[in-house]
Amino acid sequence: MNTFSIIKGIAAPLPLSNLDTDQIMPKQFLRIIDKAGLDQGLLYDLRFDEAGSPRDDFVLNQPAYANTSILVAGPNFGCGSSREHAVWGLQQYGIRAVIAPSFGEIFFFNALNNGLLLVALPAHQVDALLQCVAQSVGREIEIDVMAGQVRAAESWQATFELSARHRQMFAQGQDMVGASLQQLDEIAQYEARHWARYPWMKDVAQRVRARLDATT
Amino acid sequence: MAAMTLYDKLVTSHEVARIDDEHILLYVDLHIMNEYTSPQAFSGLAARGRSVLRPGQQMAVVDHVIPTHATPAASRIIEDPASSRQARNLKRNCDEQGIALFDTTDPLQGIEHVIAPEHGMILPGMVVLCGDSHTTTYGALGALGFGIGTSEVEHILATQTLVYRVARNMRIRIDGALPAGVSAKDLVIYVVYRLGAQGARGYAVEYCGSAIDALSAEARMTLCNMTVEAGARAALIAPDDTTCRYVQAHAPQLKGTDLERAREHWRTLYSDADASFDVEHVFDAALIAPFVTWGTSPDQAMPVTGTVPDPDAEPDTLTRMALRKALDYIGLQPGTPIAGVPIDRVFIGSCTNGRIEDLRVVAAMVRGRRVAPGVRAMVVPGSGAVRAQAEAEGIATQLIEAGFEWRQPGCSMCLAMNDDVLRPGERCASTTNRNFEGRQGRGGLTHLMSPAMAAAAAVSGRIVDARTLEQVA
Repeated sequence: MNTFSIIKGIAAPLPLSNLDTDQIMPKQFLRIIDKAGLDQGLLYDLRFDEAGSPRDDFVLNQPAYANTSILVAGPNFGCGSSREHAVWGLQQYGIRAVIAPSFGEIFFFNALNNGLLLVALPAHQVDALLQCVAQSVGREIEIDVMAGQVRAAESWQATFELSARHRQMFAQGQDMVGASLQQLDEIAQYEARHWARYPWMKDVAQRVRARLDATT
Repeated sequence: MAAMTLYDKLVTSHEVARIDDEHILLYVDLHIMNEYTSPQAFSGLAARGRSVLRPGQQMAVVDHVIPTHATPAASRIIEDPASSRQARNLKRNCDEQGIALFDTTDPLQGIEHVIAPEHGMILPGMVVLCGDSHTTTYGALGALGFGIGTSEVEHILATQTLVYRVARNMRIRIDGALPAGVSAKDLVIYVVYRLGAQGARGYAVEYCGSAIDALSAEARMTLCNMTVEAGARAALIAPDDTTCRYVQAHAPQLKGTDLERAREHWRTLYSDADASFDVEHVFDAALIAPFVTWGTSPDQAMPVTGTVPDPDAEPDTLTRMALRKALDYIGLQPGTPIAGVPIDRVFIGSCTNGRIEDLRVVAAMVRGRRVAPGVRAMVVPGSGAVRAQAEAEGIATQLIEAGFEWRQPGCSMCLAMNDDVLRPGERCASTTNRNFEGRQGRGGLTHLMSPAMAAAAAVSGRIVDARTLEQVA
């Protein structure tokens, strides 16, 4: 994971409510076993028409937003399906942060686990920022991850919350699995207690499969 | 000890360690995987030389990409090369790690959220996670279930735990009796409509009340499954006699002392009388009608007796824009009665409504009737077991004679990852869970509804109030 404390770049307005992960990464791009090529699928139906030609009226296809690295979006961005492909696609396209009033719950954790910064701001501030980045003077904005600040043209500024854990993930990068593997002893101790109380929960998948195999 | 909600009890009993004020390390009793959200997790493990910690607590199934043509299950093949590679990759990963798999040609294959409960893998009090948002289904049996991403799938494979931010508590009480012809699907669309697409975001929702008590275990699965469309992190129903009967019937491996102790445990799984909830809602079941979506978000819904809303009447700018965009996509004018809108396709199935009780309702609705001319209607059972049961009960014959396609199990046109796809402009009455733009196919127009309503639409060729159809018959 990349580590960084300042994200600076062109921000594009995407004032859509409930922009779901089906739209962020449509189904036809999910038939992979790696993460390759998802930049092509990003927001596909919004970016391209039925014939596969870019839609001129879509913001990311306009020359002024060609190098967009930040999206400013409506509430509940990333709702719906759990597909992490949505996050991978945003990153492969070059998006490093999304600013919105709120985010879908599973998408939120998927993003943070990949180092895609999500900034939640109150709706009126997102509205102001949407206006700002729609104008040529306001397209470039700066997000200071450590200070929790978004800065735009004409000294527009907003502060945002980020949990200590996530701030640290951005500052230092983190192998989440590696960190939890440090706790294998605690996990084993927990399991011993848990299975002593609820022995029927242990290896439930294996036991059921064995039962089914024995009867079919 | 302080009073606890059911959710608090489930979380506390699975807390391995506290990480910080917000996060805990949560133990996972059962982890379920599919072919499309797990491959990169296995590769991630392999890249760092890590292995699966508890193979016996993993289950995998090929369900999202699998074709549903009526070829016998034993000879089912996936022709699309990319999808076939996903299925083969899952089998290789499961074989290497010793993980129970329901593969392409397995007669018991089906949708993950249908086969896990039907074979007794979901027991009250468990934590069950899966790389699929509809994992909330398992709350119907008093298990904590929710969807996760692929990075988290990898984390669970390696540690059998999840770094978890504890949710807030919401309770939804629904008292009274659902009117005749109104099902759990109508109830959950109503709840999503009332709460909004993010009304339960950040909350674990517990359902209670006499209307919930009266629901069957399968109906509760429908309710908990789709509660995620209100943004909920989890949905729960405290185990009762209905739960115990279902679980015991489906989990014969649970017997003797284990069963006695388990039943004792299940009796402790409820919210204490003085437990506090961050938010509470109360709805009256008697006021709920058959619900249908008119737009492109599951909360854009209304009773079948309603008319398409007018965006100009909406004061909030973003919401007004969203309504306009939805109507533009779905091709309906403000003020149009939703009943009477002609449909081209009908899809009956999915993890929301692909169980045997759903198919019984469909069969009863179409008895003595035929699929309307020009309508293509598919029934995709939720699993091989559901399909076999429906055939044994004569449901399959009835549906086929009425003009429905009787297909093999899978996720199918719920998300259209296989070849069951709407063409642009086709309007579909669907028992699935999402009416997002392009979800069932680019340009496809989805109206979510109950199995009874979808069956009624199939035989009428348009959206109709299924209750009026029953009166005519």
